[in-house]
Amino acid sequence: MSEHHSEHHVVPLKIYFLIFFALMIGTVLTVAAAFVNMGFLNTPVALIIALVKASLVILFFMHVKYSPKLVGLFAVAGFFWLCILLALTMQDYYTRGWGQEAPVEFLKQGSFF
Amino acid sequence: MSDHAHSAHHLHQFETAQQQYEAASLGMWAFIIQEILFFGGLFGAYTVYRNEYIEAFTAGSHLLSIGWGTFNTIVLIASSLTMALAVRAAQTNAGRNAITGWLVATIILGCAFLGVKYIEYSSKWHQNLIPGSMFQWNDPAVTLGNAKIFFSFYFVMTGMHALHMVVGVGIMLWMIAKVRRNEISAQYFTPIEISGLYWHFVDIVWIFLFPLLYLIGRH
Repeated sequence: MSEHHSEHHVVPLKIYFLIFFALMIGTVLTVAAAFVNMGFLNTPVALIIALVKASLVILFFMHVKYSPKLVGLFAVAGFFWLCILLALTMQDYYTRGWGQEAPVEFLKQGSFF
Repeated sequence: MSDHAHSAHHLHQFETAQQQYEAASLGMWAFIIQEILFFGGLFGAYTVYRNEYIEAFTAGSHLLSIGWGTFNTIVLIASSLTMALAVRAAQTNAGRNAITGWLVATIILGCAFLGVKYIEYSSKWHQNLIPGSMFQWNDPAVTLGNAKIFFSFYFVMTGMHALHMVVGVGIMLWMIAKVRRNEISAQYFTPIEISGLYWHFVDIVWIFLFPLLYLIGRH
């Protein structure tokens, strides 16, 4: 980091308002999508919209786009660790009953979503 | 940073003020990573229980107000914008009144969010939907116990989020004090920048909480 001498990047006002506008559109979209029956797709669609909104906040409001790559690596690492947490929890809960009497109701039904 | 040698805030263990700034924001990101995992535990538990008691989670989400939820989402995103503008005002030497103004706007929006949360919580209280001995449930398709599970998740997740908002408002008051004491300038705005990182993170948590609790059970 020490060889980096650049001034702090000042994000143009236009970009901030553009991102705010995009986040508003995302909010309207996610509310509208909630009233459309897309079957099992409702949850993934809501999560994808949320992920896009979160990415916009992280890249522009939190300045990761304009920060050293190490900050970006930290941000990605945080979500990578979150994925490990969720994936290992789910692989435990949804495979615990394999080959034996299912301990809880939903495992007997075998339904994930 | 051409004048880093003159900055009163440049600590001696850092080669340059820029390096100090980057170390501070990296440290804040390390804190945010543990916050991601803290809320991640709640989101993980939510996922497991939602799949197990899908009917209760669907029935419960129908009792939440999408109108207030949407309003609060807009308020919180607007507060992220005013936060970003507060940082920008510091970066561009817009003057301490400009920085204070944007911070006050952020606090007002944050308090508006908490006020709406109070309205929502008190309506749940009057509907006897607070998990506990007073809890009442009339939908025969879902057992009382399972309905309690949904509302426990609702109150714990939104409650932890609201607690972070309260802390955030406190941090913004602290930042205003720093601005008024002339401790913030275009050469040194690290405290406002990393407080902003925290504020935006709390916004991101709500961006996920809102669809998961209010929306995905609705169609």
